[in-house]
Amino acid sequence: MKVEGKVIKLGDKIDTDIIIPAKYLKYTDPQYLAQHVLEPLDPEFSKKAAEGIILVAGKLFGTGSSREQAAIALKAAGVKAVLAESFSRIFYRNAINNGLPVLVCQGISDVVNDGDYVVVNLESSEVLIQGRDVGVKCKELPDIVLRILSAGGLIEYLRGLKK
Amino acid sequence: MTGQTLTEKILSRASGRKVAPNDIVEVSVDLVGFHDLTGFHVIEVMERIGREVIYNPKGLVIAFDHLVPPPDVRSAEIQKLVRGFVRKHGIVNFHDVGSGILHQILLENYVLPGQVVICADSHTSTAGALGAFAQGMGATDVAAVVVTGKTWVTVPKPFKVVLKGSLRKWVTGKDVALEILKEFKSDYFNGMSVEFFVENPQSFPMDYRATVANMGVEFNADAVLFIPDDETVRYVKVERGYECGKVLPDPNAEYVDEYTVELGNVDLLVAIPPNVDNVKSVREVSGLDVDLVFIGSCTNGRLSDLEIAAKIMDGKRVKSRCVVIPASRKVFIKALELGYIQTLVDAGCVVTFGTCGPCIGGHFGVAGPDEVVISTSNRNFIGRMGSPTSKTYLVGPAVAAASAITGKLSEPGDVL
Ligand code: SF4
Repeated sequence: MKVEGKVIKLGDKIDTDIIIPAKYLKYTDPQYLAQHVLEPLDPEFSKKAAEGIILVAGKLFGTGSSREQAAIALKAAGVKAVLAESFSRIFYRNAINNGLPVLVCQGISDVVNDGDYVVVNLESSEVLIQGRDVGVKCKELPDIVLRILSAGGLIEYLRGLKK
Repeated sequence: MTGQTLTEKILSRASGRKVAPNDIVEVSVDLVGFHDLTGFHVIEVMERIGREVIYNPKGLVIAFDHLVPPPDVRSAEIQKLVRGFVRKHGIVNFHDVGSGILHQILLENYVLPGQVVICADSHTSTAGALGAFAQGMGATDVAAVVVTGKTWVTVPKPFKVVLKGSLRKWVTGKDVALEILKEFKSDYFNGMSVEFFVENPQSFPMDYRATVANMGVEFNADAVLFIPDDETVRYVKVERGYECGKVLPDPNAEYVDEYTVELGNVDLLVAIPPNVDNVKSVREVSGLDVDLVFIGSCTNGRLSDLEIAAKIMDGKRVKSRCVVIPASRKVFIKALELGYIQTLVDAGCVVTFGTCGPCIGGHFGVAGPDEVVISTSNRNFIGRMGSPTSKTYLVGPAVAAASAITGKLSEPGDVL
């Protein structure tokens, strides 16, 4: 499984209130949520993500609340994967449950630039930067996580098992 | 053989095998819960899985708090939907509008030492005050627990904190939580469970423990647990009328590291927005003009918080807007009987109960553009309490009350 796209870089501690403010939590419709993703940071973000992007971030991405809409909104907006130094525990689980690949990649922010085009191989957890002779090796994803991601999320994975 | 920490003991019991840090294990869950704002989402997931069954109806707790009382039609609709679910499945442990914040209700009525508690809200960590392994999770994970009674967890690395001595006047659990954030910052404990040993149980009462455990999410700890002691037993006895057992770590348990907080050295502290770990002494920032003061939330809406606020505001008038929200109906009634509510209302505070209110920028006094908020809640993220240009400073109840009186960030000594 490979995902690719242009990189948008963010800093440390992008919290769930920034990813999707509380006023939007009364709904779970992915398209509605996508329109407001990361709105306090950049009201134009959802437009920029629409073509399919890879988010590169620092420490504790997704820190804060348990709102699953944070993962739903990012994925629906066009975020193909989040590569970060570290994640908050709850967001990490929510992302996988919703089929949004999340990889722990130490030092990624030092290597990848805003606007780079990257290809992420989820099985090998390698990130290749196009046009530059560098790559980054991230922490490998366990088999079960890969299976959930390729099904598109936990619900889809469980449905597949029942068949 | 080395012994087990409290975390390892609980997860070994719940998984049926001896666990060690970094193991990924399936555990049976003793208590599962959700509130209105996450509940409708949990129910939606159950519908999508196509399995609307409840594994253990008695172990399911539902409380309405985020949208209480409903500020708009959609909020009322969400609650109606969850009420329908409650009726359909005959859920007994249901707390409708007017009961209190889920985390407080769990402490008062349900949680016991040694349990595994999973709720659809990050501040589920609060239940660690009673020595439970408590984690917040998203709607999908919680729906899976409701249906199967189980979940998976990574066994966190154990870290030991010792609370030694006694706090100075007006300094409370909030300042201890902020002291730890000041010392370790918000990412140090990611992947760890922090076990608190209180040397002198009476010196750090349950209200303070609940505040610290509540902010365990702000430490980004996987779990926070207070080792059960006489104070734990006293609290359960007072709230529920029965004596609970203690589940304890082995004396020779091994921790990755250890840290001692000398309670007597802890100052009145404040977290500067938009970071919960940018912590300073109140003295360093005092004098800042304040628009709104909020005393409440699952962090500091308990009886001792209201007692402190009432003592400081007694016979005075507030200069800034001040909203006070006791965390539950039980807390509200006790505060009413003790005269705290009268004192706070006389001082000019707006008092209601059992809702999250402005903590999540929902209603009951949200912050306008560029306004400065002094709040006893747990998060000062950008836009958390209202306008994205408002600023939230996190403090304990004494500093909040003193600031409301002077209209500036103040210490209690400035008004007494
Ligand atoms: S009071 Fe605030 S932190 Fe606590 S549950 Fe409500 S919204 Fe969350």
